[in-house]
Amino acid sequence: MRRIGIVFRREFSGYFATPLAAIFLVVFLFLSSMFAFNIGGFFDRGQADLRPFFQFHPWLYLFLVPAISMRLWAEERRTGTIELIATLPLTMQDLVLGKFFAAWAFSGLALLLTVPMWWTVSFLGEPDHGVIVCSYLASWLTAGAFLAIGSAISSLTKNQVVAFVLCAAVCFLLLLSGFSVVLDFFRSWAPNMVVEGLSAIGVLTHFDSMVRGVIDLRDVLYFASLIVAFLMINTAVIDWRKAA
Amino acid sequence: MTTLIEAKDLRKKFGAIKAVNGINLNVSAGEVLGFLGPNGAGKSTTMRMLTGFLEADSGTVQLAGVALDTDPLEARRRMGYLPEGAPAYPDMRVRDFLMFIAQARGFMGSEARHRVEQVIERIHLGQVLGQTIETLSKGFKRRVGLAQAILHDPPVLILDEPTDGLDPNQKHEVRNLISEMGASQGKAIVLSTHILEEVEAVCTRAVIINKGKVVVDETPARLVARAPEESGGSALDAVFRSVTSGDLEEAGQ
Repeated sequence: MRRIGIVFRREFSGYFATPLAAIFLVVFLFLSSMFAFNIGGFFDRGQADLRPFFQFHPWLYLFLVPAISMRLWAEERRTGTIELIATLPLTMQDLVLGKFFAAWAFSGLALLLTVPMWWTVSFLGEPDHGVIVCSYLASWLTAGAFLAIGSAISSLTKNQVVAFVLCAAVCFLLLLSGFSVVLDFFRSWAPNMVVEGLSAIGVLTHFDSMVRGVIDLRDVLYFASLIVAFLMINTAVIDWRKAA
Repeated sequence: MTTLIEAKDLRKKFGAIKAVNGINLNVSAGEVLGFLGPNGAGKSTTMRMLTGFLEADSGTVQLAGVALDTDPLEARRRMGYLPEGAPAYPDMRVRDFLMFIAQARGFMGSEARHRVEQVIERIHLGQVLGQTIETLSKGFKRRVGLAQAILHDPPVLILDEPTDGLDPNQKHEVRNLISEMGASQGKAIVLSTHILEEVEAVCTRAVIINKGKVVVDETPARLVARAPEESGGSALDAVFRSVTSGDLEEAGQ
């Protein structure tokens, strides 16, 4: 735990050593509120809730998360620092978890900065606070799942652009498989089992049910198992191909 | 003397290329071993296997009595490593970087600060403490790499080209530091270099490898004595050329 903490602190403060943190936070805040107000019809709906705000988060994460995760391991390989940290008395799990939690905490910080949206609806009406808490959790879990995927992909290459594109592609597929348009397309001809299966692995299915305010253990387990699975892949990849 | 580095029959293949083909090394306390060889001879690969960064296809490594494959964390605690090119996080400030290394090495709070202060004084890093590593000159960058390697005062040091990119004064200083750590602190040190005079200056033992195998293992003085009579310039250069270009027999006594 102490060792994970040391890696975590270095990584987390690393975000603020470059303009990356500031740019990310500004872009996230700007886009998430722009989507909510202009496309989601935040005011037009006449309802005091944050649905129009949260519903675009998975789409925002589609390109914002790879921007964070692409450098996690690819940069270590490119600069050769992987040789330094892999020969310190730290285990691969310490490194993988420390990096992941730092990135996840950073995305959590971005979400925390959107709390003024919450104040706004509370000022305008009487929102269901339970639903909003649930939505924040759904959004953060989605970011976590995408980050774990991105971290694993970043460990495969020393090229950050490759890591970005591959991560965005994999996350896009995961999003698509739960998208109603895609599901309807399959529903017309594929057996029910296929449709159910696609919907079960889709991020949106689980995200939507949580944003509605229902915390179902299965949804939380879905995100948790995505995170665990990809971090295990990440650890295995680094162990096999440290030098690469 | 106690053997601090013990490598037995190390082998490593990359695809069809045998990068390291059966290397044995025993380095005792107080020895400074100069590791020589042409580019691509397997120097860095061997050092990476000694530090556990690369897993050997076969063979074993013991560092200060701890087997690298059975207890990697404890073995790494007993070793300091300067990787090739002295990699460090470019965005970090020198002091923060050394603090990170100290903490990762298990030092906490004031003990970590004390270790960092000590190494800063020893390597003369005082004037660049607040600078980010990317803004450092090549010489300072190398010294930061050296600082992180010796910060925890390990019995075993593996240094991949520790004086590369340093100016003559800095080279002299680093060589003195290395000699001192070997002779009076009883560390076992392996350093690779392309500069043959460096071997004469700091090493108590010279190992030349070629095509993944040890071709020469003796004291620098005896190595010089092997030089053919008529060789002009540096005697070591002549020996190096003859053992690494295939006429091993002619060069032997």
